[in-house]
Amino acid sequence: MKRLPLRLLAAALAALVAVPTLAPPVRAELYIDVRRGNFQPIPIAIADFGGDGEMAPKLAGIIAANLSRSGYFQVLDRGRFPENPSFNAAPNFGAWKGTGAQGLVVGRVTRDASGRLRAEFRLWDLMAGQQIVGQQYGTDANSWRRVAHIISDAVFSKITGVGGFFDTRIAFVDETGPKERRRKRLAVMDQDGANVRYLTPGDSAVVSPRYSPATQDIAYMSQPEGRQPRVSVINLETGARRVVGDFNDMTSSPRFSPDGRRLLIALQDGGNTNIHVMDLASKGTTRLTNSGAIDTSPSYSPDGSQIVFESDRGGKQQIYVMGADGSGQRRISFGDGSYSQPAWSPRGDLIAFTKQRPGGFAIGVMRPDGSNERLLAEGFHFEGPTWAPNGQYIVAFQDPGGQSGGKLRMIDVTGRVNIALPTPSFASDPTWSPLLGGGRAGQ
Amino acid sequence: MTDSTSIATTTRRLSLLAVTMLALGACAKDQLADQNRGAASPGSARDFAVNVGDRVFFETDSSDFTSSAIQTLDSQAAWLQRYPNHLVAIEGHADERGTREYNYSLGARRAQAVNDYLVSRGVSSRRLRTISYGKERPVATCNDISCWSQNRRAVTVLEQPGAGF
Repeated sequence: MKRLPLRLLAAALAALVAVPTLAPPVRAELYIDVRRGNFQPIPIAIADFGGDGEMAPKLAGIIAANLSRSGYFQVLDRGRFPENPSFNAAPNFGAWKGTGAQGLVVGRVTRDASGRLRAEFRLWDLMAGQQIVGQQYGTDANSWRRVAHIISDAVFSKITGVGGFFDTRIAFVDETGPKERRRKRLAVMDQDGANVRYLTPGDSAVVSPRYSPATQDIAYMSQPEGRQPRVSVINLETGARRVVGDFNDMTSSPRFSPDGRRLLIALQDGGNTNIHVMDLASKGTTRLTNSGAIDTSPSYSPDGSQIVFESDRGGKQQIYVMGADGSGQRRISFGDGSYSQPAWSPRGDLIAFTKQRPGGFAIGVMRPDGSNERLLAEGFHFEGPTWAPNGQYIVAFQDPGGQSGGKLRMIDVTGRVNIALPTPSFASDPTWSPLLGGGRAGQ
Repeated sequence: MTDSTSIATTTRRLSLLAVTMLALGACAKDQLADQNRGAASPGSARDFAVNVGDRVFFETDSSDFTSSAIQTLDSQAAWLQRYPNHLVAIEGHADERGTREYNYSLGARRAQAVNDYLVSRGVSSRRLRTISYGKERPVATCNDISCWSQNRRAVTVLEQPGAGF
C-alpha cells in the first residue's frame, strides 16, 4: 500500500491576488444559466500557459479537461486558434470572432529559486472585449494540480454564477477481489481521478464514508472479520483512526453536522435501527427516532436545522424529514417504488435520493417538501448519491451486478451530464469533500 | 422426530447443499468440502450443518420465517439444547437488490429474528450473538432471482468456546 503523504491532504495554497486588467470594463456578456437544462455549452479557448516549460502545458491541459468534463463548456480545438495569445497583451478580438469562442483563458506559471510556483491567469470575454477575471496564486510545487483546479473553479464560477467544485477530492470504497469476499478499502482521489491514495489497509471492510463539511475528518463504517460494523473516524492530517462511541450493537450510516461537531449515527436496537446524534467532544448521544422500524441514512440540511432520512416504518423505504431534535417527523416521498439514501444539497434547494422500482434503480432529486421529483440517471443498480460542494453535481455508483462491481458516475442536476469517473478498481460509496480552499476558490 | 422425518430432512438439506455448491466458485467449494469431510459425529459442526441445516432463507425485504425456516430453526434449537457447549454467531445477510446501509440494518433484523426465535425455543441468549454483513457477503453472484434468493439468509455459525464473546 502506498503510504499517505498526509500533508498533501491539507490545504497548501497561499492567498491569491488579483491580476490587473488590460482593457477597460464594459458590459459582460459571458454568462450561462445552468440552473435550467435548456442551454448550449459555452465555446471557450484555453491557451497554453507561458513560463515554466515543464508545468505550463500541464496546467492548460487540466483546465481544459475540467471545463470539458463539466458539460457546460465546449473547449475549442487548438488548431482553430487564430493567434497564439500572450499573457501580457489583450487578444486580437476581431481575429477570434470567426472561431465561435466566447471566452479565452491565458496564463503564466513560473518557479522561484526555492521551487515555489507562481501561477497567474486571465479570463477574457471575447464578445465584449473585456477581461472578466484575473488572479495570481503562489504554492509549493507539489500542489501544482491544485492550481489548475482553482483556476478552473474561478473560470467556471465566473461564467455560470455557480460555485466551483474542481478543487475538491472524492473519497470512496476501493473494491478488489472476488465478490463473495471482496477487499474494501477507504480511498481518496482528486475529483478528476488523479492522486489516488488508500487510507485504510483492508484488514477490515470499510463502507459508507462521509466527509466532514468543516473539519479534516472522514467518518465511515468498519467491519473486522466476524464482528459487528462500527462507525469510525479517520483524521486526514494525522491518519489517526478511532471507533466512535461504545455501543454493544451495530453502528452505521455516519453523517457529520455542517459544523463538523456532531455526528449522526444509526444505532441497532434489536431488530430495529434508530437515528442518534452524538456530540463529538462530549460523546453525549441523543436518540432522534424511535419508530420500531429501520430508520437510517440521515443527512443534515445545510443550515443544520433539519434532517432528512429514510425509514421503512410504513412498510417499505421512504424519505422523511424532521427537525434536528427529532421533532415533526413527516414523510415527503410518495411516488412509485421505494426511496432511500437521501442527501440534502449544500445549496439547500434539493434532496438527492436513490429510487428502486421493479425495473431498476435511479438517482433523482426532489425539493425538500417532496415536490418536483426528477430522475437524473437510471440503471440496473445505481445508488449512493453525494453532492459536490456547489450543489450542481452529484456522484453516485453504478453496478452491472454479477461478479462485476461498482463504478463512479458524475451526474448534474439538469440531467445533461452523466459520465464515468476513473478509479483504479471497482469503486462504491463516493463522498465529495468540501472545497479544499475552504470556499475561497471560485467565489 | 421420527426416523422417516429425519431422513427426509437430511435429503432436503443435502440437495440444498448441492444446489448451493453448484453456484459457488472453486474456492468456496473447497471450503464447503473441508467442512463436510469426515464423519458427521453427533454434536459436531458437520452434524449440525448436514443433519440440521445451518441457514434459513427470506423473502425480499422480509425477516418473516417461512414454514421451512421454522422447521430448520426448531431443529437448530433442539440440537443446541442437546449440545449445550456450543456458542453461536448468527449472521444476517441481504441480497444485492437493495441499498447498502439499509441492507446492513435488514441483515441485523434477520439475525435478531433468528436469535429471538432460538431463545423462545429454550436456547440461552448468553450463547448467542448476532452479526450483520448486509449485502457484502453473497454466496451466489449471478444476476437473477436464483442467486438473490440464496443470499437473503441467516446463517447459524457454531463457534469455538470463547470466540467473539
